[in-house]
Amino acid sequence: MTIDRVSGVGLALFAAVVLEETWRQRLPLGSLANPGPAYFPGALATLLLVAGVAVAALGAGAARASSLDWREWRHGVAIFATCAFCALALERLGYRLTVVIALTFLVGVIERRWPAATGAFALALALGTFWLFDTLLRVPLPRGPFGF
Amino acid sequence: MLDVLHNLALGFSVALSPAVLFYAFIGCVIGTLVGVLPGVGPLAGISLLLPATFGMDATRAIVMLAGIYYGAMYGGSTTSILMRIPGEAASVMTCIDGYAMARKGRAGAALAIAAVGSYIAGTVSVVGLMVMAPPLARIALSFGPPEQLALLLLGLLVLAYMSSGSMLKALAMAALGLLLGTIGIDQMTGYMRYVYGVVELGDGLGVVPVAVGLFGVAEILATAGAPTPPAVMKPKLRELLPTLDEWRQSAWPIARGTVLGFLIGILPGSAHIIASFVSYAIERRVSRRPQEFGHGAVAGVAGPESANNSATSGAFVPMLALGVPSGPIPAVMLAALMVHGVAPGPLLIENQPALFWGFIASMYVGNVMLLILNLPLVGVFVNILRVPYPYLYPAVLVFAILGVYAVNNSVVDVWIMLAMGVLGYVLRKLEFETAPIVLGVVLAPLIELSLRQSLAMSAGHYSIFVQRPIAAALLAFGAALVLLNLYTFVRRGLDWRARMALAEKGDSS
Repeated sequence: MTIDRVSGVGLALFAAVVLEETWRQRLPLGSLANPGPAYFPGALATLLLVAGVAVAALGAGAARASSLDWREWRHGVAIFATCAFCALALERLGYRLTVVIALTFLVGVIERRWPAATGAFALALALGTFWLFDTLLRVPLPRGPFGF
Repeated sequence: MLDVLHNLALGFSVALSPAVLFYAFIGCVIGTLVGVLPGVGPLAGISLLLPATFGMDATRAIVMLAGIYYGAMYGGSTTSILMRIPGEAASVMTCIDGYAMARKGRAGAALAIAAVGSYIAGTVSVVGLMVMAPPLARIALSFGPPEQLALLLLGLLVLAYMSSGSMLKALAMAALGLLLGTIGIDQMTGYMRYVYGVVELGDGLGVVPVAVGLFGVAEILATAGAPTPPAVMKPKLRELLPTLDEWRQSAWPIARGTVLGFLIGILPGSAHIIASFVSYAIERRVSRRPQEFGHGAVAGVAGPESANNSATSGAFVPMLALGVPSGPIPAVMLAALMVHGVAPGPLLIENQPALFWGFIASMYVGNVMLLILNLPLVGVFVNILRVPYPYLYPAVLVFAILGVYAVNNSVVDVWIMLAMGVLGYVLRKLEFETAPIVLGVVLAPLIELSLRQSLAMSAGHYSIFVQRPIAAALLAFGAALVLLNLYTFVRRGLDWRARMALAEKGDSS
C-alpha cells in the first residue's frame, strides 16, 4: 500500500461518514435552485469522496506507507496527553496550577531536565504568562481552588 | 494633486500634534504586543480597548485603534517566524518559509524583511487610500454575492494550482477545510450542523485553534521526539540583518504583495487572509527557484507579509469613503467612529477634513513608528531561539494553549486545537499541505452564504454567475486553471509542480 492509497482511502471514508451523518441528522437538502443546510456540506463531502478515490486511484507510484518514520510517536503521545490534561484541568485547577503541572511533567519527566531548573522554569512561565495576560492585558484566565 | 498635498499638510498638522502622536504610539505598542502574543488578535485587541477610547476625541480614538490594527499585523509575523505559531490567520503563510528561515539561522533576516515589507506595503497602500479611495470604493460596491463567490472560488483554485505537489491533493485539503468550515449554525436557516450538543461549536471552528493546531502543535508533535531535535541557535549581530541578496530577492515580492494586498483588501470578506494566501501562491509560481518554497524562501515571507499589511489599508477604503465595513475589524472601527458622532461615508472628507486627513497622515507616522519599534526588537525576539528545544517547545505549547483559550475563554477551542494538531501531524507524514485547510475553514461560511444569496437574487438561476461580467471573468480564469492542470494530466507530462515535487524527493533522499 502506498502513502497516497492510504490517505485517499482515509479521505474517502471520512467523506462517507460525513454524508451518512448529514443524512442521519435529517438536515434538509433543499433543491439545486434553493439549497438547504445539507446542500453545501453534502456537495463538499461528495467532492472529498471523489478526490479521495482519485488520490487513491492515481497513487500507485507514491512511496510505500511502510516507509513512513513514526519513531517520535512516544514523545507525541506524551505531548498529546499533556495538552489533553491542560484542556481537562484548566477550568478545574486554574491556569497557574495546570501550567505548573504540565510543564513539570514535560520538562522534568519527559525531557529529564534538572528538577530545580524544571521547577523554576515551570513557576516562572506559569506566573509570568498569567501576569501578562490576566493582570496586564485583562484577558480573564481561570482560577482554581483558593483563587489560585 | 495640489489639493491632495494641501489636505495632506492639514493631516500632518493634526497627526504630528503631541497628543495624536502619543496615542498613535500607544496604539502601535499595544498592537505589536497583541500581534506577538498568539491568540489575542487585532479584533479582540480593538474590541477590548474600544471602551477606553470613549473619553477621547474622535481623531485620537481612531488613530489609536488603527495603530492597534496595523501594529498587530506587524507583530503577527514574529511568532509565525520564530515558533511556527500564527498569531492570526493572515500570518499562516509566513509560518511556512519564515519558520524554515529561522531554522536555517536566518530568523533575524526573516523578521527584518517582514518588518520592512510591512512598512513599505503599509506606506504605499496609504498613498493608494489617499488618492484612490472614492473610485475604488465604488468598484468594491459593484461586488455583489456572485462576484464574491467567484473571487473566493478563484482564491482556492489559485492556491491549489500554485501549491507544490499534486493539485488534486491540494484541492482535497481545501474541500476538507471547507467541510470543517460548515460545522455550526447554518446562517440562512438556523439549523445546527455536526455540533453534537456542544454549544460552543455553534459558532463553527475558530480560525485560531485550527491554524495553531495545524501549524504549531503539529510541528511540535513531529519534531519534539525526532532523533535530532532542532538545534539551539546563537544568532550573531551581523546575522540579524538580511544580506544584499536577500534584499534583492524580497524587492519584487514586496512590490507585488503591496499592490495585490491593497486591491484585495478593499473587497468584502476576509480580505487580508486571502491576500496573504494568494500572494504566497503567486510568488511560488513566478519564482525562478520554486523548489525553495517551504524550505526558507525569502519571497515566501516578503510577499504574504506585505500583502496582509497592504490589505489593512485597503480595508479602510470602503469604510471611510462609503461607510461600509469590509470585515469585522473595520466594522468595530466604524462603530468607534459612530460612538464619537462621526458618520463615515462620502461626506466625511468634506465635513471632517481634519479627521480624515489626520487619520491618513497618522498612518504614515504609525508605519514609521512601527518600523522603528520593530527593527530593534528583532535582536530581542531572535533570542528565543537560544532557548534549548526541551524548554522551548513546552513554552510554545503553553502559549498555544493560552492564546487559543483566550480568544473565547473556551476549553472547546483547546480541544479543537489539539485535534487539528494530530490531523496536521498525520497529514504532514502523508505529504499533504495543510494551508488550504485553514483557508477552507475561513472561506466556507462566506462561500456558502454568497452562493445562497446569489441564488436568492436570481430566483434559483445559476446563470447569474455568467451574466455578470466580473463574476464570469473570475470563474473563467478559475476554470482555465483547472483545465490547464487537466491538460497536463491527460498529456501525461510532468508540469512544474510535479517536477518540483520530484526534485524535493530527490533532495531529501
